[in-house]
Amino acid sequence: MGIVSEPRGIADVKPGRLDRATLSDNFGDLHPPLDAHEAKVESDRCYFCYDAPCQQACPTSIDIPLFIREIAAGNPLGAAETILSANIMGGMCARVCPTETLCEEACVREAAEGKPVRIGLLQRHAVDAQMATGKMPFSRAAPSGKRVAIVGAGPAGLACAHALALAGHEATIFEKLEKSGGLNEYGIAAYKAPDDFAAREVAFILSTGGIAVKHGVALGRDVSLGQLRRDYDAVFLGVGLGSTNKLGLPGEKELANVIDAVEYIAELRQAQDFARLPVGRRVVVIGGGMTAVDVAVQSKRLGAESVTIVYRRGVEHMKASAFERELAQTNGVVIRPWAQPIAIEGHGDTASGVLFERTREEGGKLVGAGGAFRIEADVVFTAIGQKADGATIESGGVRCDSAGRIVVDAERRTSAPGLWAGGDCVSGGLDLTVSAVEDGKQAARSIDAALKAKS
Amino acid sequence: MVDLSSNFLGIKSPNPFWLASAPPTDRKVNVERAFRAGWGGVVWKTLGEAGPPVVNVSGARYTAIHGPDRRLIAMNNIELITDRDLEINLREIKEVKRGWPDRALVVSLMVPCEEHAWRAILARVEETECDGVELNFGCPHGMSERGMGSAVGQVPEYIEMVARWCKAHTRMPVIVKLTPNIADIKHPARAALQGGADAVSLINTINSIMGVDLEAMAPVHAIDGKATHGGMCGPAVKPIALAMVAEIARDPLTAKLPISAIGGVTTWRDAAEFIALGAYNVQVCTAAMTYGFKIVEEMISGLKTYMAAKGYETIEDFRGRAIGAVTDWQHLNLNYVVKAEINQDLCIKCGRCHIACEDTSHQAIFAKIDGERKFVVNDSECVGCNLCTLVCPVEACITLVHKTEGVDPRTGRPYAQPPLAWTAHPNNPGVNAAAE
Repeated sequence: MGIVSEPRGIADVKPGRLDRATLSDNFGDLHPPLDAHEAKVESDRCYFCYDAPCQQACPTSIDIPLFIREIAAGNPLGAAETILSANIMGGMCARVCPTETLCEEACVREAAEGKPVRIGLLQRHAVDAQMATGKMPFSRAAPSGKRVAIVGAGPAGLACAHALALAGHEATIFEKLEKSGGLNEYGIAAYKAPDDFAAREVAFILSTGGIAVKHGVALGRDVSLGQLRRDYDAVFLGVGLGSTNKLGLPGEKELANVIDAVEYIAELRQAQDFARLPVGRRVVVIGGGMTAVDVAVQSKRLGAESVTIVYRRGVEHMKASAFERELAQTNGVVIRPWAQPIAIEGHGDTASGVLFERTREEGGKLVGAGGAFRIEADVVFTAIGQKADGATIESGGVRCDSAGRIVVDAERRTSAPGLWAGGDCVSGGLDLTVSAVEDGKQAARSIDAALKAKS
Repeated sequence: MVDLSSNFLGIKSPNPFWLASAPPTDRKVNVERAFRAGWGGVVWKTLGEAGPPVVNVSGARYTAIHGPDRRLIAMNNIELITDRDLEINLREIKEVKRGWPDRALVVSLMVPCEEHAWRAILARVEETECDGVELNFGCPHGMSERGMGSAVGQVPEYIEMVARWCKAHTRMPVIVKLTPNIADIKHPARAALQGGADAVSLINTINSIMGVDLEAMAPVHAIDGKATHGGMCGPAVKPIALAMVAEIARDPLTAKLPISAIGGVTTWRDAAEFIALGAYNVQVCTAAMTYGFKIVEEMISGLKTYMAAKGYETIEDFRGRAIGAVTDWQHLNLNYVVKAEINQDLCIKCGRCHIACEDTSHQAIFAKIDGERKFVVNDSECVGCNLCTLVCPVEACITLVHKTEGVDPRTGRPYAQPPLAWTAHPNNPGVNAAAE
């Protein structure tokens, strides 16, 4: 892709700021796995709650008390089956779920002592054990003869395909990129899923059988919605969010070192050698979500000297969780809230800094409060959110919300008959891997019921 | 000023913490380490008769069960009595006693059920100038197959007979160590008393298989593919030991028989509990084998602190104070009503009280109040069984509250009632028969 090319202008952007050993350390596992004894001790902390709050907090409703008890009883494979039957991406979710705002926040030990059971790590322990066997624990029902088209090989599409395949249907996934996995492959911070985990999980899911993935096929370019709906018994859309929000400031597009964080992270994730990635000496990140933290922390771990996240509202308003904010801070990232960019400064084709003004809230509205300040930058990342690319979808007669996201019902049915959707591209979701998996799972149930009703 | 010193059958020790006859007391080097660490006394590992030494297995002698955090909950052993030469043991016992005159040193003995054998060993032991002997009628493995240990302890007549021989052939105090592998501990205790024994010590280990290796399809830990039961000890056996000590302490026939308590003593509190049930001292093994001898420092400081807080100056000040509160079921007050109460400020809403009560008891805890997750006791169903307080992970969150005012919605009767035990209860057929 070559998002950041060779150094130019006066910006100090260069690869190899750190040696390979340090880089390897910096991009190792953020949360090393529990060993068998740690898992035993941790699993013993679970109270096996009645109608467990953690399970209620899990978007995929994993039976957490049961799987933890299975681990405690020395049955990690049984635990994995419990997890995977609710969430086939239990391995990735164990790594990337913001558990501190989901299951672990609901854990009664959080209320009791501020130390929840480390559910994410236990889940990883079990699923890792299953994946180490190289076996898919579930087998497919008798062939139904039905074929379902799925657009997008991200978490929603893969989860949907897996569940459909188990029900006996044939799933064909159309993916525009060369790899499956969606944001798991191209978006998640590298230290959250090292050792090519996203690809290994995809291979695990595909081992279900009955799932074909066609890469390099983009909806609206290579294939149309109408065509899919004609050729298949049902269609599921899991296309994610196609584009990112822009600052709307002059220079944003032209200046070579003003970079879309999503694109940079995708390049980083695909990099074979981190030592060859160009890294700015002074980095400014504009935004307050997970992507902002991911690009900030990864820049720091690639050797940037100073990294500053500037967010237009208060720290407490950031979409990045408390855990993510702390991660940024412990990695030496400075977070400057209540400021918004008003101009990108530069020389020639190179940005040299960003001019900000302070902000405040007035009657719930954000207003400029003057007091401009400048932050020098060798690289400026924009990370102010992704948005739906709804044009293609809407032209297919599918109802979308004002933000261009697809409107679905509880079964993830769109307004168009025979068409389901899930993941980040649908309206009102959490924009998390785990919620995408749930969407795919629910859609597959609905599709299965519909196909059985038809036949 | 708290004085921890103990006087058991005239055997004095600076504190009531003794090491039980077991591997930690098999040799001088260990016993001297124990005395240096502060132990008040030891019962030397069981001696057998002169002759070819005992042979132990060289595979695993010990097996254990652990909590998930590897805390040792119980241990089992198949070690036999001392496998060292009798002469070496006797010499070392004499040396240790001379070097540590203020500590108690009792010698455990196990020889065949023949008078001459006991007479011979007693004479040799007396020469060591030790403080007393403990007759090992408890070991349930190995030696019992040869007619010794628990094979004697399970037959009250043998206990009485051997105790009598021993009293006849030595001037030393004789303590009979009892096996718990019997139906009613009162009978062997009475037999010991009958035979003239000065005291009993209990409990010895409990017959046990600690687990089955599901790969090898043999009990753990097998010796070359085969395993035998062992004797279990450690924290898990304490409740069994407490019950047996209490039975002897409150049996009118044995109430005056001095007791040295053994069984899962791990901290000062365990020791204090046994003393409250009448024990003069406690013997410890598993805790020492788990943590080393230093634990006696905690025991000493803990018991001192407790006694000072309670105003007890000597062990005698509280020894046996709980015996009077041990009774038979039939004497319990059936008109005493308690209800569980959940402290909502402490409740963490795990719901275990609810599901335990709902699934397995009296359906007396609501899980929802006005649609909210909230756990509240339903007095109309609660029988005060205590299950909820036991399964609650938060200490003191659920308590049993004694009800004295108002009407019990479960029975429709006023809470305040004069005491009524089964012995006088109208539902007791015996009571009705007597009235007619």
